[in-house]
Amino acid sequence: MKRFRFNQQEIVFAVFALLFLVFSIFLNGFLTAENMLTLLQNVAVLGILGLAMAIVVIGRGIDISLIAALAVPPGLVLQMVQNGHSLPFSLLIAVLITIAFGLINGWLIAYAEVPSLFATLATGLLLAGLGQAALFQLDVVQWSQGMNGFERLGQGTILGIPTSIVMFAVACIVVAFLLRQTRWGAYIYAIGDNPYAARVTGIPSRPIIVLQYVIAALIGCFAGLVMAASVNSMPTRVFNSTLIYDVILVVVLGGIGLSGGRGGVLNVIIGTLLIGTMLNGMTIMDISYAGQNLIKGVVLLLAVITDSFLNPRNEETAQQGDI
Amino acid sequence: MNNPTKATLAALALAALTGPALAQQGLDEPFQKPFKEALAGKTVAYVPVAMNFDLTEGWYAGLKKELEPYGVKFVIRDANWNTNAGAQAVTSLITEKPAVMVVHNPDVQTYAKLLQRAENEGIYVIQINMGSAYRSSAFVGANWVEIGERQTEGVVKACEGKSNKIAIIQGALSAAASAYTLKGVENVLAKHPEIKVVSSQAADWDAAKAKAITQTVLKQNPDLCGIVGFWDGMDIGTAAAVKEAGLTGKVFLATSGGGERKGACELVKSGAFDLNMSYDVPTQAAQMAGTIKWLLSSGAKPGSIKGSEYTTLIPITKENADSPTACWNLSDLKK
Repeated sequence: MKRFRFNQQEIVFAVFALLFLVFSIFLNGFLTAENMLTLLQNVAVLGILGLAMAIVVIGRGIDISLIAALAVPPGLVLQMVQNGHSLPFSLLIAVLITIAFGLINGWLIAYAEVPSLFATLATGLLLAGLGQAALFQLDVVQWSQGMNGFERLGQGTILGIPTSIVMFAVACIVVAFLLRQTRWGAYIYAIGDNPYAARVTGIPSRPIIVLQYVIAALIGCFAGLVMAASVNSMPTRVFNSTLIYDVILVVVLGGIGLSGGRGGVLNVIIGTLLIGTMLNGMTIMDISYAGQNLIKGVVLLLAVITDSFLNPRNEETAQQGDI
Repeated sequence: MNNPTKATLAALALAALTGPALAQQGLDEPFQKPFKEALAGKTVAYVPVAMNFDLTEGWYAGLKKELEPYGVKFVIRDANWNTNAGAQAVTSLITEKPAVMVVHNPDVQTYAKLLQRAENEGIYVIQINMGSAYRSSAFVGANWVEIGERQTEGVVKACEGKSNKIAIIQGALSAAASAYTLKGVENVLAKHPEIKVVSSQAADWDAAKAKAITQTVLKQNPDLCGIVGFWDGMDIGTAAAVKEAGLTGKVFLATSGGGERKGACELVKSGAFDLNMSYDVPTQAAQMAGTIKWLLSSGAKPGSIKGSEYTTLIPITKENADSPTACWNLSDLKK
């Protein structure tokens, strides 16, 4: 007899659906097309970052340095344009720095075999520190004349849909294609599921790990450009914020296990939707900041507890180092 | 004519006769030498909540420019948004005994006891822009309550004959500057019961959060007539949301900041902000430097005299945003 069981993805989706239903019925002005677009727009950058994190987590790693990749290369673009360089040249430099950064992360983790948590913690600090000490004049890098036109990446609409949502959708499609349709994607799952078995079967696991971090850094940089375009500046201090926890939350809440090998783009979308709905509903209700944190914490805790009741840990497959 | 007056006249006449003769030899001004001696070789320690933003960089550059020519040594302890690191920096400075500490408090309580100890140890403490519960030799900075009041007055005026719906975008809840500003907002709103606050949320000084909140609020209340924002660095996001909703010029956005040209005047000119209450950082820096000179040359015992210098605010609007004096350039101050 097949037992009726939920997995985390379904639980989170159920919580999201319930919350959505309650808000739609009781909250005036929640269920309008315009508000739905605002809701998505507000979490688009978080969602894009979630995709980057998902790639790394599926491959059984974690990338704490993602926010540095979000803040520093796009900040550098704004700073260089402010200093009189051309936009394409500045973008090229930023992309090169991002790739180099991803390569360093990947090399440390795949070849030097430093655990991903510590490697990316250190490199993130390094990149953010470099930005603060050498690259930026001020924490908030302002928009300048030379950037005009570029704000369309994060503002305005395409066919009536706010651009940042379109950017999130594009990123979703690209990442879904990478994970599900390419051989590299299959390798990432294999490495995440069982790295030793993957290596034995002849998968080039080290280069694939490096690739994961390079792609993650590039997506992080892309998210940063969307964010900068959307607020007309780059607040590089975002590195000191708790954004990285939100990103991990989106990924884990959506049902991508930190032990690797499971989940996909759909999980990120669900996690993002849940967070977005909560934030939007609470803003409409004008709940105080402390109250919002309390509610966020309770909802997340409930989802995680329910999951651990319904899906207890399997002692045979649980591994040392699982978070 | 009585006698003292006569004597004075006589003295004046004598002075007129002998004056030219003395001028040829030069006259020593008796107070400048002790002043120079009081400053030379002294250490001024600067503890901002973080470097790398317009306010703290501006103060630093301004203080350096004023004091270094007199042989004052400058040390900087960057707390980098970390309250603990800041408290440690202040603690270790107390043992290092600089002559003056210039302290930018992250909140009202954390440094209060330490600053009292510093003054007991013979260090002058000047608190800037964000004060603590301890009143030290001098406070130089903005009056946040006044900033909140004047911003709100601007918004209330702009709302006349409109929907009277306003939103408030606060900073971080733990920051005194944010709480004081909110008090100012409340003071004015108490006099205007017709104004309805549809949203009052904290955006943590974060432009992206401010934008998200403002977007949602504008969707719910497209007839909003004004927003009171608490810092121009954050309200870039608020302004971006207003612009995206196509409401620039219809929603009056008041904010405040240090008056740096890119962050203040240029954004007022572009229509992003309608009012930016500036606490003019170079003037603040000059007042700090003046206070340091006065304290060091006075010989007063640290903690024995206490005073405040609240900054005279500059309201930046479309009218004066073009003027060369309403705003300042960080690059000029660093020259």
